[in-house]
Amino acid sequence: MSSPLVEVSAISRTYAMRSGMFGRAAAVHAVDGVSLTIARGQTLGLVGESGSGKSTTGRLVLGLEPPDRGAVRFDGKPMTALGTTAWRAQRARMQMIFQDPLGALDRRLPVATQIREPLDIHGIGTPAMRDDRVRELLRAVELTPAHGARYPGALSGGQRQRIVLARALATKPDFLVCDEPVSALDVSIQAQVVNLLCDLQAQLSLTLLFISHDLRVVRQISNVVAVMYLGRIVEIGSADDLFARPEHPYTQALVSASPAPGRRSAGRIVLSGDPPNPAARPAGCAFHPRCPRAIARCASEVPALSAVGGDRQVACHLVTGAATRDAA
Amino acid sequence: MTPLVSIEDLRVAFNGVPVLRGVDIALQKGEAVGLVGESGSGKSVTWLAALGLLPRHAQVSGSVRLDGRQILGAPAGELDQVRGGRIAMIFQDPASALNPVLTIRRQLCEALVLHRDLQGNAVKAEARRLLDLVGIPDAGRRLEAYPHEFSGGQVQRIMIAMALAGNPDLLIADEPTTALDATIQAQILELLSTVRRELGMAMVLISHDLGVVAENCDRVAVMYAGRIVEQAPSIQLFADPVHPYAQGLIGALPPLDGPRRRLTAIPGTVPDPAHMPGGCAFAPRCSLVAEACGLAAPTLAPIADDRSVACIRAEASRRALLGIAAE
Repeated sequence: MSSPLVEVSAISRTYAMRSGMFGRAAAVHAVDGVSLTIARGQTLGLVGESGSGKSTTGRLVLGLEPPDRGAVRFDGKPMTALGTTAWRAQRARMQMIFQDPLGALDRRLPVATQIREPLDIHGIGTPAMRDDRVRELLRAVELTPAHGARYPGALSGGQRQRIVLARALATKPDFLVCDEPVSALDVSIQAQVVNLLCDLQAQLSLTLLFISHDLRVVRQISNVVAVMYLGRIVEIGSADDLFARPEHPYTQALVSASPAPGRRSAGRIVLSGDPPNPAARPAGCAFHPRCPRAIARCASEVPALSAVGGDRQVACHLVTGAATRDAA
Repeated sequence: MTPLVSIEDLRVAFNGVPVLRGVDIALQKGEAVGLVGESGSGKSVTWLAALGLLPRHAQVSGSVRLDGRQILGAPAGELDQVRGGRIAMIFQDPASALNPVLTIRRQLCEALVLHRDLQGNAVKAEARRLLDLVGIPDAGRRLEAYPHEFSGGQVQRIMIAMALAGNPDLLIADEPTTALDATIQAQILELLSTVRRELGMAMVLISHDLGVVAENCDRVAVMYAGRIVEQAPSIQLFADPVHPYAQGLIGALPPLDGPRRRLTAIPGTVPDPAHMPGGCAFAPRCSLVAEACGLAAPTLAPIADDRSVACIRAEASRRALLGIAAE
């Protein structure tokens, strides 16, 4: 029971990208040496800006595409090869939900049919049991059987995301990857879905990888949070502690940039420069061109993710340098 | 003092379906007012209607005054002077607001020639000054670039430069940072507040993000189903919201520090504009609902200096307060 459900060790994924129609192909290191473990029943939050590699990490962890380097272990066993019977069995235990529920649902099928589909595919239960299970799932996401008879177009955004969640839960998965599941929803509906996700996680002892750019939502739902920048984890630690005392200059800027009612922007860290281009990764620490505290070493040497006390790990020369000095 | 802009009982209907059901709001010179609410609450429609930017089949009624002069239904020639010249607008998706096949110089100069009495080299010099002002590095050279050569944050800066071309007294920023990453959002918000301070311009910031509005506005109006339900100075609204919907919105926002609490989600969904409940539109979702809520829609009534709420429960609490004061 104590072994983590998901173990990711140093996975990398590189894509070839052309700049323009006749441009030369450039290598984009979408994910570069990411390691994580997610304990059973826990939620790991993954935050970062667009292009930071958080969604690619989610896809690699699920085995939707193989990593170029590194390995993912699920429940102590290595990921099985795509398309095999063993892979199918494993896939029933891990599911994914995305940002856009309308894109994830078939508009021409009643939603109950779509919730039932994974049960049919994986051959779970008899047809009568499957119908019962669909009703049970609809109830679990706080909808009625009447909602099940409707088509996606006749449901609101929040209701559609509940349907997607019900379908993801149909095979009783142990592990759920949620990629920006509430980003497209209005605040009041977002709160409904976040609460529902927290409740279901507790009831079903689900393990979650929760990907979002919204620090507030991530903190609400996560035990551990990892911050990504240009394909690497720059800081990881327990959710409350990380947001209360961010160590990495990038995390500090992110936390400071998150607007809060009742707080004026005095003392806000505003980073200069544009978000970085994954195809032209700066040498050394990828964050150094935008970092307000960068020193000469940052431009040449890639900082390693290292422990700085407690369960916190930071990849920054300034932070880890200072920590080693304190220890000496 | 005459307000810069005053909107009274503004109503909009599309094909007979009311989407804006009587909006009253006034802005003083140089003031920053935030407009929050969920999608479909009428935040954008209010200003599109005020500026005559809605499609012809929209039925618009009410009054919109700029410096005391009626602009709602004004002739096209007059509106052309107002739009861009007195009141400018920027949108969520800046990339689609620029013409992809024209250089930034052509587009900026077009706005300058339309709204300012500038000729020849003065136009280009002003275009360059504007780009400098909004923080585009190497402005002289970048004027010759096309929109796709800029990042999302830079394109929004260019849109701000274009909006400033006519020296407007009021800038309507409709979700200006929603499509941008967090660190770029912080840059654009800082730019907006610097520009506003330097030029003494008023601003309406439309956003679904309560935090963004709280930090950048003096006053906030909360909209629900085509009406303003609460209006207050930002600090007061977020510290002590009165309308149950405003309370719900703030309770639904996960905290970034302090202890975690279960989010107070507002049950149900926004009503369909074609089947609006009788009485208060929020009543079906309200935890404080009373029988009287279903009878008539509450009007926006003052409860303190500079604060007003459209809720019969709030009126009751105000009467109680006045009663205490009278004793």
